[in-house]
Amino acid sequence: MAQASDLSKINEKSPYYDITPGNQIYGGGGAREFHTGEWRTQTPVIDWNKCTQCLLCTPVCPDSCIVVKDGKRQDFDLDHCKGCGICEKACSFGAITMKEGI
Amino acid sequence: MSIRERMSGNEAVSYAIKQINPDVMAAFPITPSTEIPQMVSTFIANGEMDTEFIPVESEHSSMSAALGASAAGARALTATSSCGLAYMWEILYVAASDRLPIVLALVNRALTGPININCDHSDSMGARDSGWIQIYAENNQEAYDNFIQSFRIAEHPDVKLPFMACQDGFITSHAVENIELLETEVVRKFVGEYNPENYLLNSEMPMAVGPYANSPFYMESKYNQRMAMKNAKKVILDVAEEFEAISGRKYGFFEEYKTDDAEVAIVIIGSAAGTSKEAVDKLREQGIKAGVLKIRVFRPFPGEEIAEALKNVKYAAILDRAESFSAYGGPLGSEIKSALYDAKSGCTAINYFYGIGGRDYTVEAAEGVFEELIDIMNGNKEIEQFKYIGLRQ
Repeated sequence: MAQASDLSKINEKSPYYDITPGNQIYGGGGAREFHTGEWRTQTPVIDWNKCTQCLLCTPVCPDSCIVVKDGKRQDFDLDHCKGCGICEKACSFGAITMKEGI
Repeated sequence: MSIRERMSGNEAVSYAIKQINPDVMAAFPITPSTEIPQMVSTFIANGEMDTEFIPVESEHSSMSAALGASAAGARALTATSSCGLAYMWEILYVAASDRLPIVLALVNRALTGPININCDHSDSMGARDSGWIQIYAENNQEAYDNFIQSFRIAEHPDVKLPFMACQDGFITSHAVENIELLETEVVRKFVGEYNPENYLLNSEMPMAVGPYANSPFYMESKYNQRMAMKNAKKVILDVAEEFEAISGRKYGFFEEYKTDDAEVAIVIIGSAAGTSKEAVDKLREQGIKAGVLKIRVFRPFPGEEIAEALKNVKYAAILDRAESFSAYGGPLGSEIKSALYDAKSGCTAINYFYGIGGRDYTVEAAEGVFEELIDIMNGNKEIEQFKYIGLRQ
């Protein structure tokens, strides 16, 4: 059985012999290391004064970037948010705004 | 003790599948390979084997299901022909790049258009760059023997590549001939259990199969595939040697039939090799030094070894059973010419096409090719490349 892949060592400088057959990645949760948030052009910004903690935004996020802790949503996980804007549309209180250039 | 039987090529491959008793077979029927899943299903229904058979709605699905099963950790296979293989195209490349040792029993048939159910090699030759190992059989015995060796080669840790075991549609798949089968215990011991090091159903070590590999990773990934294909050369020969020990039948990259002192030779793949050998025997009686080089392994391509085998041959006819429409020759012709060029060989290769869409290739046709080579050798004829043998004109 393979060791869990050390993703810090498989990168754009890895020679071919350090890349696994079929590019297989061993060990779970590897997607956490892949910062898809870099693809984002629009960024969700929350106005905490308007947020009622209704949590309607949480389940609609396709990238699970609205983490709930102790019954309350936290700020966005911008490492993985691709800026799709679904949360903005789901918010009934106008608490989320998509902004460019931040 | 081997078992003497008489079987068609499809029966022989189905019997090999029964003896190996793999974990998963997914298949969709298409002429002339239909009998293979049909017979395997019958064996399963009769309790003679316990392979999980997945009837699917298309070949895109059968290859996808085989791929999923293989990634999960199962020994998986499928069977198809012609347009069925074409419909698998997308997944063929995925199976190879994911390095999954799936075996495909391919019964060669012409690709449609125009629609045609008979033998040629346009289906597998079209898939020659998909990253699959390709081994071709001349007859039912070789179809059986190649299949028994298939999983050993595909699953070898230095290889991990999918494997296409090819036989000629109808000519081999449906013709009943004598065959020597191995006992099931001998086959099972030879093939062994499949215990992949890593697989999706292993809860001890979760894994990702087939992750996105954009420009910083794709090229290294392809190079690794090429290295695996290169490694397959040694594994194919090692497995053949072990197979000889249990069967007494010898296999290599190709069969050299009377090529030692041959001045003229036909290089050919599949069932038509037998027809060409018959012509060689007739010509040898007349004192003509003719031979046949029958290519068994096309992927990986044994270019250096082929050039070595042809080094004393003056004129070789390379017979392709598939067009490439480059208008500059067929796949076998082009690759052998390239190998001869790199080897700075003195052998002149002349590329012909034959048997396309199931057109008969007779002993007389093979003799005609040899006569042309002799006329060229004696300076009585100009070389004409890319002729269609038996074309009406």
